[in-house]
Amino acid sequence: MTGAEVIIKALEREGVDTIFGMTGGAIMVVYDAMYDSDIKHILMRHEQGAAHAADAYYRTTGKVGVALATSGPGATNLITGLANAMMDSSAMVAITGNVPSGLIGTDAFQESDIYGITGPVTKHNYLVRDVNDLPRVIKEAFHIASTGRPGPVLIDIPKDLQIEEFTGDFDVEIDLPGYKPTIKGHAGQIKKAAEALKNSKEPIMIVGGGSQSAADELLAFVDKVDIPVITTLMGIGAFPTAKEQWLGMPGMHGTVSANKAISNCDLILASGIRFDDRVTGKISTFAPEATIIHMDIDPAEISKLVKAHVPVVGDLKNILPRLAEHLERLDIDDWRQQVAQWKAKYPERYETEKPLVSQEVIEMLRKETTDDCIVTTEVGQHQMFAARLFPTEKPRTFVTSGGLGTMGFGLPAAVGASLANPGTQVVCIAGDGSVQMNIQELATIYKHQLPIIIAIINNGCLGMVRQWQEMFFSERYAEIYLADSNPDFAKLAEAYGIEGHNIHDRASAKTAIEKAAKSNKPVLLNFFVYEAENVFPMVPAGAGVGDMIIGDQMPEGDYDDVIYEAEVVK
Amino acid sequence: MSIEKHVLSVTVRDKPGVLVRIASLFARRGFNIESLSVAKSNVPGYSKTTFVVSGAEKTIEQVEKQLQKLIDVITVVDHSEAKYVDRELMLLKVTINSSEERTEIRQIASDFRARIVDVHRNALVFEVTGDEGKMEAFIEQMQPFGIVELIRTGRVALTRSAADPKIIRKAKITTKAV
Repeated sequence: MTGAEVIIKALEREGVDTIFGMTGGAIMVVYDAMYDSDIKHILMRHEQGAAHAADAYYRTTGKVGVALATSGPGATNLITGLANAMMDSSAMVAITGNVPSGLIGTDAFQESDIYGITGPVTKHNYLVRDVNDLPRVIKEAFHIASTGRPGPVLIDIPKDLQIEEFTGDFDVEIDLPGYKPTIKGHAGQIKKAAEALKNSKEPIMIVGGGSQSAADELLAFVDKVDIPVITTLMGIGAFPTAKEQWLGMPGMHGTVSANKAISNCDLILASGIRFDDRVTGKISTFAPEATIIHMDIDPAEISKLVKAHVPVVGDLKNILPRLAEHLERLDIDDWRQQVAQWKAKYPERYETEKPLVSQEVIEMLRKETTDDCIVTTEVGQHQMFAARLFPTEKPRTFVTSGGLGTMGFGLPAAVGASLANPGTQVVCIAGDGSVQMNIQELATIYKHQLPIIIAIINNGCLGMVRQWQEMFFSERYAEIYLADSNPDFAKLAEAYGIEGHNIHDRASAKTAIEKAAKSNKPVLLNFFVYEAENVFPMVPAGAGVGDMIIGDQMPEGDYDDVIYEAEVVK
Repeated sequence: MSIEKHVLSVTVRDKPGVLVRIASLFARRGFNIESLSVAKSNVPGYSKTTFVVSGAEKTIEQVEKQLQKLIDVITVVDHSEAKYVDRELMLLKVTINSSEERTEIRQIASDFRARIVDVHRNALVFEVTGDEGKMEAFIEQMQPFGIVELIRTGRVALTRSAADPKIIRKAKITTKAV
């Protein structure tokens, strides 16, 4: 058996059914071995696309995503995808070919030190030096990627090792003395957390990406203790939005009720979150009086940014049911009433007197699709609108680049999500700027006839930057204008063999969405929307989450709660 | 927040790239290394590194946790949590201009228990071991004669007592398969 055959056999043993990749000189031996395998390979049109698709494959299934690329540029093209997976704790194994061992370090054709380059953006990485190490390394890589706090692992394999004859043992024990994730929460800490919750009068729970794998336990917990729940961008889907406890998203573009609850609570039960600056705003004013209970599998997240009074390290699947055992329905009726009042007073609202606006398009998309659909997003204003107006109902169904904020993520992520979940409707909500960053994946979507609605929210500019320029840079709109040179997206889709429509008004938007939702094939809908629409509420960078610019979220005739006077959107 | 020096003993797997991983972690998270030494440990396949890092308590806590997250890092022991001994080694070359100076220098060196490791007509090379204070004092004493060159290893450290269960438990190297 050759090294390449060992790689494929090892991947099969790990239960890999799909690989996203792009071939090339230093990996073609592996592709040759894969030719005889049952593993389905998806030929992406760019390695970055392959990495994002593998990332989304994990996010929507909980199974490790696999990306394959050649040496040099193929490998370096993976880097954004690895960094993205690292930031959002996505389990992924990336395999790259490299130049033959003897040429490493000689600046050979298509050589790059991918092992050195990817250290900071992977959970762990390998440069394999002996063909007989392959079974162990691959086994370790899948173990490391998928356990503890998930993350990407890269394996770099020189070409000569792929060709060389394997003489080792396939059944190896892996030995990682430096890697022992804590799964079981400490009983004493859980008890302390329960005591703190019992003593609290105004508690909230903030649910993050770490909760996606413990959604059932989370629901059971909240049903029992009845605590207000806030879901971060990464936590969307982990808790059903129809529940009365749900307050939406916190932070910079969070809901008024979520941010008010944070600013007024006396306890935060943090569930798999890492207190990102987009969530906390100015740290010193982030719930300064509150007791912080921080449950997370990664001990390094405890007290990294916000001091945890009661840390509980472990898997939420283990912690939440045990915490619930110590508790009954919390005695916090006044607080529940207060929170419900905020929620009622500040519903999502936006103006529709203008031409078509992003927010109504996204609401229409939500109405026309089923509860189990998967949403992927690009990055920018449309992403925030999607988080607020199209939060999905099931865990692992809202796929977005949270930590890294990668424009170009949404379209290839839709490919990964769709292939991982056959028969499930996928909606890719994109901006006209970001969708062009991996637009080549339309070819992959066409080839596999993936039932994806690609909804381009086309405001003709880089909208999030435009909003900041309007609000904080005296309307100096530097280098954000795209409309003069955007392609005709409908024609572009057609050029790839995908049905495409340019849409300018409400009536045709509704019809087009209805039709697309029923069509069960790829459709690109290009919605021309109002250019100067802003995302509100907004917590300006450096301000506390209590200081929101409410903008068009303002309740009718009530101006008392506004801390910053909002500029009326022109 | 008070800035304190901490001596960390980090046991790592003896594999290529481990030190780069640690150095890059320090660099990208803005941690400051004051000194660093690496050598093989008594357990085959494992190396022991000693770091002296300075920072506020919160920073040091992050340093330790982030180090612990690296797969090839087996244990991290912060010696400020227990009693420890630390030493460093220095080689120092000093010029000699007269036989009086030679006598004086040799006298000082003998007070410091510094060994002569190389002799020239107009220069001597000393080897000194000790803690940081002793190194500084020796340098100060030699300064007036003219130090040509010196090199220091940085600190290495061990806990004093074998009886501290916390440290021993943390430092135990397991080889059990996961």
